[in-house]
Amino acid sequence: MAAVKQTVEHVASLEKYKHGFVTDIDQEFAPKGLNADIVRFISAKKDEPEWMLQWRLEAFERWLALEEPDWAKVSFPRIDYQDSYYYAAPKTKEGPKSLDEVDPDLLETYKKLGIPLKEQEVLAGVQGAPRYAVDAVFDSVSVVTTFKKELAQAGVIFCPMSEAIREHGDLVRRYLGSVVPVSDNYFACLNSAVFSDGSFVYVPPGVRCPMELSTYFRINAENSGQFERTLIIADAGAYVSYLEGCTAPMRDENQLHAAVVELVALDDAEIKYSTVQNWYPGDPETGKGGIYNFVTKRADCRGDRSKVSWTQVETGSSITWKYPSCVLRGNESSGEFYSIAITNGRQQADTGTKMIHLGANTRSRIISKGISAGKSSNTYRGLVSAHPKARGARNFTQCDSLLIGKHCAAHTVPYIEARNGQAVFEHEATTTRLSEDQLFYAMQRGLSQEEAVQLLVNGFVKDVLQELPMEFAVEAQKLVAISLEGSVG
Amino acid sequence: MLSVKDLHAEVDGKEILKGLSLEVPAGEVHAIMGPNGAGKSTLSYVLTGRQGYDVTSGKVTFEGEDLLALEPDERAAKGVFLSFQYPLEIPGVPALTFIRTALNAQRKARGEPEVSAPEFLKLARAKAGELKIDFDMLKRALNVGFSGGEKKRMEILQMAMLSPRFLILDETDSGLDIDALRIVADGVNALRSPDRAMLVITHYQRLLDYIRPDRVHVLSAGRIVASGGPELALELEREGYDKYARAAA
Repeated sequence: MAAVKQTVEHVASLEKYKHGFVTDIDQEFAPKGLNADIVRFISAKKDEPEWMLQWRLEAFERWLALEEPDWAKVSFPRIDYQDSYYYAAPKTKEGPKSLDEVDPDLLETYKKLGIPLKEQEVLAGVQGAPRYAVDAVFDSVSVVTTFKKELAQAGVIFCPMSEAIREHGDLVRRYLGSVVPVSDNYFACLNSAVFSDGSFVYVPPGVRCPMELSTYFRINAENSGQFERTLIIADAGAYVSYLEGCTAPMRDENQLHAAVVELVALDDAEIKYSTVQNWYPGDPETGKGGIYNFVTKRADCRGDRSKVSWTQVETGSSITWKYPSCVLRGNESSGEFYSIAITNGRQQADTGTKMIHLGANTRSRIISKGISAGKSSNTYRGLVSAHPKARGARNFTQCDSLLIGKHCAAHTVPYIEARNGQAVFEHEATTTRLSEDQLFYAMQRGLSQEEAVQLLVNGFVKDVLQELPMEFAVEAQKLVAISLEGSVG
Repeated sequence: MLSVKDLHAEVDGKEILKGLSLEVPAGEVHAIMGPNGAGKSTLSYVLTGRQGYDVTSGKVTFEGEDLLALEPDERAAKGVFLSFQYPLEIPGVPALTFIRTALNAQRKARGEPEVSAPEFLKLARAKAGELKIDFDMLKRALNVGFSGGEKKRMEILQMAMLSPRFLILDETDSGLDIDALRIVADGVNALRSPDRAMLVITHYQRLLDYIRPDRVHVLSAGRIVASGGPELALELEREGYDKYARAAA
């Protein structure tokens, strides 16, 4: 209730895309373009062991042999992969050790993004946080203060991927690419060759991670792509909840964001992964600029009774192309996918999930809420499959689409495969238009048109919002409101 | 309080109100009766500013101010409330949230402070009790899965909580059984006061047994064709609208 009120209050005071500024800072780039030397350059910059370099080079070789896929319901001009920087980082000497040594421009950036000051230490790269650019992957406030200590006490490893490769090589080697194989798909393969940074989380057996872990991704540099790599492992009986947020400056050219996220849940482990994605969506009128968000996210519920829950709020990017998925390998494992995907202006989204039931008595649940406004296109694409051994597999899918205005489109493309006789799949789908009657009703009670839209939309997405951690739910709700500003009337 | 002068309005290019004039002074309850298609609902939508109900000529002032120049939400903040003939369902938004958001939006528009949560809940509890609405129902999505009678009671609850100055009841009696009608009428009557006025739109005299009007107007073919005291409603009940329909034609 309070959140609704807050949304309504805040929306008027916020600009449409408030993260669109650029931080002017000295940056170090790899030469433009992509070849094996660039891959070596990135690996050397990160001081990586030989095995990692070989892994990258092999991925690069495979990538050269792959074709860019074209099956998604999105359209964009061909990407010139040679016209981009694959490594951009703020120039720092040896990495700052304390807050005072961090470039003031960086501090200002975080401040503008609304990250409280306390967070800044970690976020700006003190204490060995990632070196990847201004748009670095940076951790949450709590981690730098009490959290880092608490996490270590609990035995939880939470660090940048580049640090994990150096410090926890055995773990990384065991799990990296074990959920999303190197040549899984075109963009995942590209990521495997050139990934810059991301987060690494390991929660040891029986440990309940004492706090929410969170990473904030920002793209700043021009003509650069971001290729982050995140790997989260919950060992037997462990629990962790993780959140990522993303923003980028407003630019006229498109930028590629091709991330890979791998989750591994062993016996009785549980991972909750939430995303609030707010990349620059491009110009609402012309469609110029914006991020291409081509991401591979997959969880392996490897252990019996393991559980993974994906929650995503997708409001940004000019094109979103992602399907956070669960491979339900362990018996009685379960996967959940809760999604709000909003498209406005000229945005295109093709998003959904895959629930692959391999083990016996596995369960999955999909709740997808798509909202299309402006001249945008929003597609839900989902696969639910039960393999012969997945006896007693159950899935429930609910896909609701809401259309605002007359020039947008919503599509639902469910794929369902049952390869045994005991699987039970349910699928429900609705498409509705935001009704003039409801809007008038709310306005007659005193709400302005924008407030009325927000209230109705908040009602529509409520089932998903309540899956987010409390503090982010409020943030997400505001974001939903902002994304839809100017969508009616 | 409300003054309507020679109002012409059309829907989809078809003229529905054809020179309607009406004066409702503060403290009075006026009933509008008339056959189907006379323009009763159109009048309620024109007064509240619904899109698609276009005023082609005439004037409507509310306490001297040009009502037609205001947006629907601005009219609401001035105190104009419409109890809908068919209240809308608002999925995912609890009734309490809806009413509180509306109340605070109105207060903000009037430059008043917001009501605090405890204050609001206290008020909601009291008013729900008066209207015999189970308080838990207010935690459910507004009107979703409610019966016709429950929806109407929810309209009156919103009215009681928003405390408007000019109340329009559009066919509030339809779909109500006799017990519900009495509860709703009690709720409406509790709001009668010297600085409020009401426009009660109805087909039947029945509602007027419970909500006694000061004046009764007959609306036919887009105009007020007769006005009188409460006895006019009784006459209509006995003799029907035929003679007025003919007069209008």
